[in-house]
Amino acid sequence: MTITSRLIDVAGGRNKVRVYEGGDGPPLFYLHGAGGLMREDRLIAALARHYRVYAPLLPGYEDSVGEERLRDMLDMTLHGYDVMQALGLSKPLVVGHSMGGMIAAEMAAIAPNEIERLALIAPAGIWLPEHPIVDIFALLPQEFPHYLFHDVEAGVKLMTPGGDMNDVKFLAEFMIANARRLGTAGKMLFPIPERGLSERLYRIKARTLVVWGENDKLIPPVYAGEFIKGISGARLMTIPQAGHLVGHEKPHALVEALRTLN
Amino acid sequence: MKFTWFHLMPWPHLPDDFREKHRSVWVDIPTTLYDAKRGHHVYHDYFDQLEYAETMGFDALGVNEHHANAYGLMPSPNLMAAALARRTSKAALMVLGDSIALYNPPIRVAEEFAMLDVITGGRLACGFPVGTSMDTNYAYGTIPALTREKYNEAHELIMRAWREDEPFAFNGRYTKLRYVNCWPKPIQRPRPPIFIPGGGSIETYDFCLEFDYTYCYLSYSGYLRAKQLMDGYWERVAKAGKDESPYRGGFAQVICVADTDAEAEKLYSKHVHYFYNRCLHVYPGFADAPGYRTVKTLQANMITQLTQAQLRNYPTLTWKDLVDQGYVIAGSPKTVYDRMVDLAKTLRVGNIFGLFQVGDMPGDKVRHSTKLFAEQVMPKLKAELFQEWKNEDRFWIKPMQQSERRQMAAE
Repeated sequence: MTITSRLIDVAGGRNKVRVYEGGDGPPLFYLHGAGGLMREDRLIAALARHYRVYAPLLPGYEDSVGEERLRDMLDMTLHGYDVMQALGLSKPLVVGHSMGGMIAAEMAAIAPNEIERLALIAPAGIWLPEHPIVDIFALLPQEFPHYLFHDVEAGVKLMTPGGDMNDVKFLAEFMIANARRLGTAGKMLFPIPERGLSERLYRIKARTLVVWGENDKLIPPVYAGEFIKGISGARLMTIPQAGHLVGHEKPHALVEALRTLN
Repeated sequence: MKFTWFHLMPWPHLPDDFREKHRSVWVDIPTTLYDAKRGHHVYHDYFDQLEYAETMGFDALGVNEHHANAYGLMPSPNLMAAALARRTSKAALMVLGDSIALYNPPIRVAEEFAMLDVITGGRLACGFPVGTSMDTNYAYGTIPALTREKYNEAHELIMRAWREDEPFAFNGRYTKLRYVNCWPKPIQRPRPPIFIPGGGSIETYDFCLEFDYTYCYLSYSGYLRAKQLMDGYWERVAKAGKDESPYRGGFAQVICVADTDAEAEKLYSKHVHYFYNRCLHVYPGFADAPGYRTVKTLQANMITQLTQAQLRNYPTLTWKDLVDQGYVIAGSPKTVYDRMVDLAKTLRVGNIFGLFQVGDMPGDKVRHSTKLFAEQVMPKLKAELFQEWKNEDRFWIKPMQQSERRQMAAE
């Protein structure tokens, strides 16, 4: 399945957004997590086998720009709709992972009639003081895989294809890109990844599926219960032998789960 | 030259195995390592040292602002300056807080600095640090990518609050005030001299040049390593078409003076190692929150930073390494003089923030080193360096005339 990308104008040219696109089938709007999309993203490829996938990169990621005007959760939520508008999408299946799940849930809550089917994959956005989420902004680059993957060794290869963190030049480039990505993510997730979403979940009307990796060490699966409780009629699907990047570790299981929303 | 006797106020009782048992001196260091009753003595010892520095003729007494930090016990530098205000009468009070993005609303800074300036009769010199990432982001929760915008807005509010004679409305993104009305106003109008601590951000260079503030590099790595950064600043000064007054620049330096070079090692080595090995033991994950520095600055500095970070392995550095590589300027008055001349010329800085109390150095040694510097080093440096700028007064305090001033407790 070929995935192509293009740079589009969003919000009357206020943002330029890189959108990855591919596949045939019903439209699916995918919002990535704080790490962005991976090179030759396995999850996007798997989704494209059953859907027409649209995966925009948030400004601050790669060559998507205009992040300075996106300061808070409302800006990010409306930006999500601006991208949908620019792509001419009407009522796609909206899928968000982690930070993207937080944005997707906010979108569905703020305009409940606009989103009819919603999948939240290990979404951020809720904070339980008795289950604090690890501070991703204080992690060293080499510490990430432990929190993101069930199979840490395979995860490391996914994250740094062809690169070596001990090479100063590679590390410098990684850290600059990472600072820009996480700098943008920090507007929603720093210092606590919570912006009042739990008080708005009741507004969501979409048929909602919540998906969690059974061995998620970043946002522990106990958080799934809060989304299920908060969103009327939401279903939970837990995927075994998967961590926070459940869609990358178990893409086929994830796609099968999504297809129950069709 | 202007010499500020600068105190960090480190906690001097960190255990010997601190590095092994704890990942950071900053942000998440447990407070079980602190003891408030000992802290009572520590604060008063440190005030004694600052007050002593005034009697030795230093131009300014320096305090700063850190949070959740065992080497900087001054979350509120304004409190420290207030305590010094009535115990001193000549020296400038160099307050290298306030981290203006952290005060809510930031008009509080305009008010408190004005109070200090009035109480001291116009002896306040104030710093407006953006604040380190450890303080501003991790300890105080400011969103990294919005820190600078919030800082700029706070700066605009404070300056207007000092400048304007009538109440005004301020509609900022981060602060909205219907009535800005700063009572009292500072003695130094339109403002006291402003010193901006920076760590190589291009935006900070430009900010200092736009408003004629003094750019200060407060590193603990010594002047040899600071050359590249200060060269970058002076290039920017030239590019902006500004004059090259050395008082546009300042530098912090650890200084230890003894009767001989050998004596300096004997007296101070232990305390210097305490400082570099325990006080500067910061978890790298807290050093630079993503978004805190702009991409422009990261691109300019990242490789240098990573390379330097790999080289900066404090536990392996001997006294000789620290002295030879300029982390510490130490030795006899002659040795210290020579290196200070080299420092001032290399970096072209008219302002020195001298760190004489280092790590767990006790008061008697602090006074010994301070006295030797004040009597045998400082006067020569003042008489010999930057003479072509000796009438420069744009970057320093302008206090009330002695005759106008009310006598204070210390006099």
